[in-house]
Amino acid sequence: MKITINGTPKELAHVSYLSDIVAQFCQQPKNIITEVNGQIITSPHWSHTSIKEGDTIELVAFVGGG
Amino acid sequence: MLKEDILTIAGKPFTSRFLLGTGKFKNKKDLADAIEACGAQIVTVALRRIDLERHEDNIAEYIPRHVTLLTNTSGARNAQEAVRIARLAKASGCGHWVKIEVINDSKYLLPDNVETVKATEILAAEGFVVLPYMYPDLYTARALVKAGAATVMPLGSLIGSNQGLKTREFIKILIDEIDVPIIVDAGLGAPSQAAEAMEMGAGAVLANTAIATAGQPALLAKAFAQAVEAGRLAYLSQLPQQKNTASASSPLTGFLYE
Repeated sequence: MKITINGTPKELAHVSYLSDIVAQFCQQPKNIITEVNGQIITSPHWSHTSIKEGDTIELVAFVGGG
Repeated sequence: MLKEDILTIAGKPFTSRFLLGTGKFKNKKDLADAIEACGAQIVTVALRRIDLERHEDNIAEYIPRHVTLLTNTSGARNAQEAVRIARLAKASGCGHWVKIEVINDSKYLLPDNVETVKATEILAAEGFVVLPYMYPDLYTARALVKAGAATVMPLGSLIGSNQGLKTREFIKILIDEIDVPIIVDAGLGAPSQAAEAMEMGAGAVLANTAIATAGQPALLAKAFAQAVEAGRLAYLSQLPQQKNTASASSPLTGFLYE
C-alpha cells in the first residue's frame, strides 16, 4: 500500500490500521500524536482507524523548544 | 516572604517566576539537571514530526510531572498553523497550555503580532490557556488580553541573541498598562538581564538559549532563578528612583568641625 508518512512516500505491506503504522515507526508511542488526512486521531482510536491507499499520515512528538 | 508572593496564571499558582525553555540542550541530562537546578514550574516544549529513520528520546520523560508543560507553536508561520499545533499538543493529553509563537521572518525571527492575536482568539475560545509571544506593542497587548490571553510575553531582544532588554522602555509600558502578568521572553543572555526585567515589575521571565548553550547549563539555570528572585524582591521593595545629583549616604555635618 502506498501512503505518505511525514511527507515521505512509503510502500508498506501488512498495514491495516493506524496502530500498525505507530508500532512500525514509533519506538516510544507514548506522547506520539497522529493525524490522518489532516484529522487528529488520539491514541485510543489508533487500533480501529483503517489506513487506505493514498492516505497522508503525520506522526509528531514533543521535542525541546523555547 | 517569597512563599507568599504567588504568580497566578489562569488561576494556577506558581512560586517560581522563572520559566525555562528546553531547546538546544546538548543532551537530555543537561536539561533535566537544569530544570532541577532552577526549580522552574513551567517549561516550554515544541512539536515536530518524528524522524522515521532514527530513534529519538521522548523529552517528556526528562521533565518532572509536577512541572506545567507549555507547548510552543514554533514552526507556525500563521495563525492557522499555530492553532493546528496547539490542537495536536492537546490531543497528546499533555495539557492545554500553549505559547503562541508565529514567525514568518527567518532572519530576525520576529513574531507576527497580527497572526498572534488571531490565534489567541481562536485558542482561548477553545479553552486553551494562551501565553502569546509578541513584539512589545501596547495596542497588540491590549488586543491579546481582549482575545483571552492569560499572560503577554514580550521579547527582550532577538531570539537567541543574548542581547538583553533592548525593548526595555516598551516592556515597561506593558507592565504599567496591562493587567495580566508580563513575562519577558527571548534574548535574555545573563542573569543580570533577568533581574533587570523583574526589578521593572515583570511577572516572570523565560530563558532558554543562554542556559542551554552555557558551559555548565545547570549552574547558569540556578543563577537565572536566583536573579529572578532578587529582581522580584527589589521590585516589591519599591526601589527608589534614579537622581541626577548626589545624595550623601553618610551625615555630612558634625564630625570634626561643627
